[in-house]
Amino acid sequence: MADQLAIGSRRGLKPALPLLLPAYLWLTVAIFLPLSAMVFFSFMTDLPLAGKEWAFTLGNYEAFFSQSLYSRLLLSSLRLGLEVTLWCVVIGYPAAYVLAKVLKGRSREAIFLLVILPFWSNGLVRIFSWAMVLREGGILDTALNAVLPFKINIDLMYSYPAVIIGLVHSYVPYMVLTCYLTLQAIDDSLIEAGRSLGASRRQVLWRVIIPLSMPGLIAGSALIFVPVVGSFMEPRILGGRTGTFYGTVIEDQFAAVFNWPLGAALSFILLAVVLIILALAAPVLRRAG
Amino acid sequence: MAGVQVANVSRSFGAHKALDDVSIDFADGGFYALLGPSGSGKTTLLRQIAGFDFPDAGRIAIGGESVERVPVEKRRIGMVFQNYALFPNMSVADNVAFGLSVRGEAKATIAAEVQRALDLVQLGKLGGRRPHQLSGGQRQRVALARAIVTKPRVLLLDEPLGALDKALRVDMQIELKRIQREIGITTIFVTHDQEEALTMSDRIGILRDGRLVQEGPPEEIYDRPQSEFAATFLGDANIFRGDATGSGIKLPDGTTIAASTGASVPAGAKASCAVRPERIRISTGAAKPDPANANTLKGQVSKRIFAGNNSTYFVDRDGQTLKVIVQNTGAERLAEGQDVVLSWSPDSTVLIA
Ligand SMILES: Nc1ncnc2c1ncn2[C@@H]1O[C@H](COP(=O)(O)OP(=O)(O)OP(=O)(O)O)[C@@H](O)[C@H]1O
Ligand SMILES: [Mg+2]
Repeated sequence: MADQLAIGSRRGLKPALPLLLPAYLWLTVAIFLPLSAMVFFSFMTDLPLAGKEWAFTLGNYEAFFSQSLYSRLLLSSLRLGLEVTLWCVVIGYPAAYVLAKVLKGRSREAIFLLVILPFWSNGLVRIFSWAMVLREGGILDTALNAVLPFKINIDLMYSYPAVIIGLVHSYVPYMVLTCYLTLQAIDDSLIEAGRSLGASRRQVLWRVIIPLSMPGLIAGSALIFVPVVGSFMEPRILGGRTGTFYGTVIEDQFAAVFNWPLGAALSFILLAVVLIILALAAPVLRRAG
Repeated sequence: MAGVQVANVSRSFGAHKALDDVSIDFADGGFYALLGPSGSGKTTLLRQIAGFDFPDAGRIAIGGESVERVPVEKRRIGMVFQNYALFPNMSVADNVAFGLSVRGEAKATIAAEVQRALDLVQLGKLGGRRPHQLSGGQRQRVALARAIVTKPRVLLLDEPLGALDKALRVDMQIELKRIQREIGITTIFVTHDQEEALTMSDRIGILRDGRLVQEGPPEEIYDRPQSEFAATFLGDANIFRGDATGSGIKLPDGTTIAASTGASVPAGAKASCAVRPERIRISTGAAKPDPANANTLKGQVSKRIFAGNNSTYFVDRDGQTLKVIVQNTGAERLAEGQDVVLSWSPDSTVLIA
């Protein structure tokens, strides 16, 4: 049996090569080369541009460990990633469930479009529209004061909740899509079978549907958690002074301070931490699924 | 255990009447087959009884109590789905345990009950497997074990044997019947297969376009069909159409056919007669006519199909092809093209209004 499989895959690889080649070429040019350049930079004292002096150093990595600021920021970014991912599950999973199991036909298509609409709008536009909604005297403030008999002040702008709201809005479509796909694949007769065996709707949800949608929840969480931990646009625009996170510091190194070596080193530390977290979470999640 | 009473149930999807005023009394402990062509409403009827869907009109009672306001999980039914619907994320044992576990039974009780149910369907050793590691027949038995382990009042089976090949199907029919007898549970069994319905059930209901065409014990439906549809859908039948004479019918060519069973139709009205192919005698006409077989027709053999223990003759007469099945007794066989005389008793002729 094992022999047969080995032969099968060996035979399968050769004809597949020409098909895989473009993808690998693209990966090499677009990701591997720039990434190796960044690894290289992260061990330099300065950028080798404009004839400046440079030497190899471990100083950029040492900076992370010698200044507690960086690890503090990394921790708050991880917390941000966790919170945003959780909110995306809380909002995205029920939406995906309704899309996959409750709505039919036209209304499903319409709602689906609404869910993925943020995907198609420019990220900056999306964030600035949130700024208009959340600021004092903004849309939310004005609207609530027009409806409510008493005066309240809504100024969410430049706060942690504003960052969360902006990020959740940007990333929740990933969760909806991945969960929708797994929920769609669950046969309705499984739900009916569960009910006929005496399980309430809630029991069927916990014992059958959620375990079977684990792959979608995991994929969605990974797709959201990783970029959110490194995010800088939403924290910067919606968070203002409170919006200093690990991602914004990295961006500063590249865009403002021009300390590329430090920026690169901080990025690779982030990459390593995220990979370790995913590796630790994988077996636990797989068992849950 | 409990019987199921379905009274005047109708269910429409848009303008389409999937069930149209259906009334059936499923007796306590009986094995009932629902038979009918595709789209006739069999699954829809099961779904009303199970509580997955609700009738627009009519009443359903289980064990004498109306279940109108009882949700699926409180109806205490067991259902085997056409695609088995086993939970892919659980082992075979966990699948069977599901119904007991959601009820909050003790772990030890569950383990014992699951083992008993798996032994009953002869899968005692496969509890640790996942559903995808089982054959079609094994999956079907797991689905059955899962449905009966909770001791439901009624067992609903929606074409559970549809996906199996002939040999396995017959094995499973025998096994299903054995289990049903052993636990004495009221069983409603949906099938496409008339042979399956005839061999397994105490009673049969035939559905067509959402209406109950006929209902009764297999012998009664087979021997006294009340419509051409029932006659041809359950078994084979030769149908003659003509005008009622009071004691039979008169064919357009003047031949009369006497019928002593079936409906009573006033003379002059349109009517038809059904005769089962195995009730007809076929001969060369040389022998003396048997007075018991009063109905006779002349024809010509157009085709003969030999099937080992019997032969089927197709006999042409007056623009109609009749079917005759003859047991293989070793007697001389008739050749294609030969002129023959068909004869049968009025007792074997069913008059249909
Ligand atoms: N949810 C539904 N929406 C619309 N029409 C439906 C629905 N369920 C069933 N129908 C229609 O009702 C009719 C009866 O369907 P049903 O599934 O009961 O047939 P069936 O006798 O079980 O057929 P089969 O032998 O093919 O399974 C069909 O014409 C079907 O198209
Ligand atoms: Mg059906």
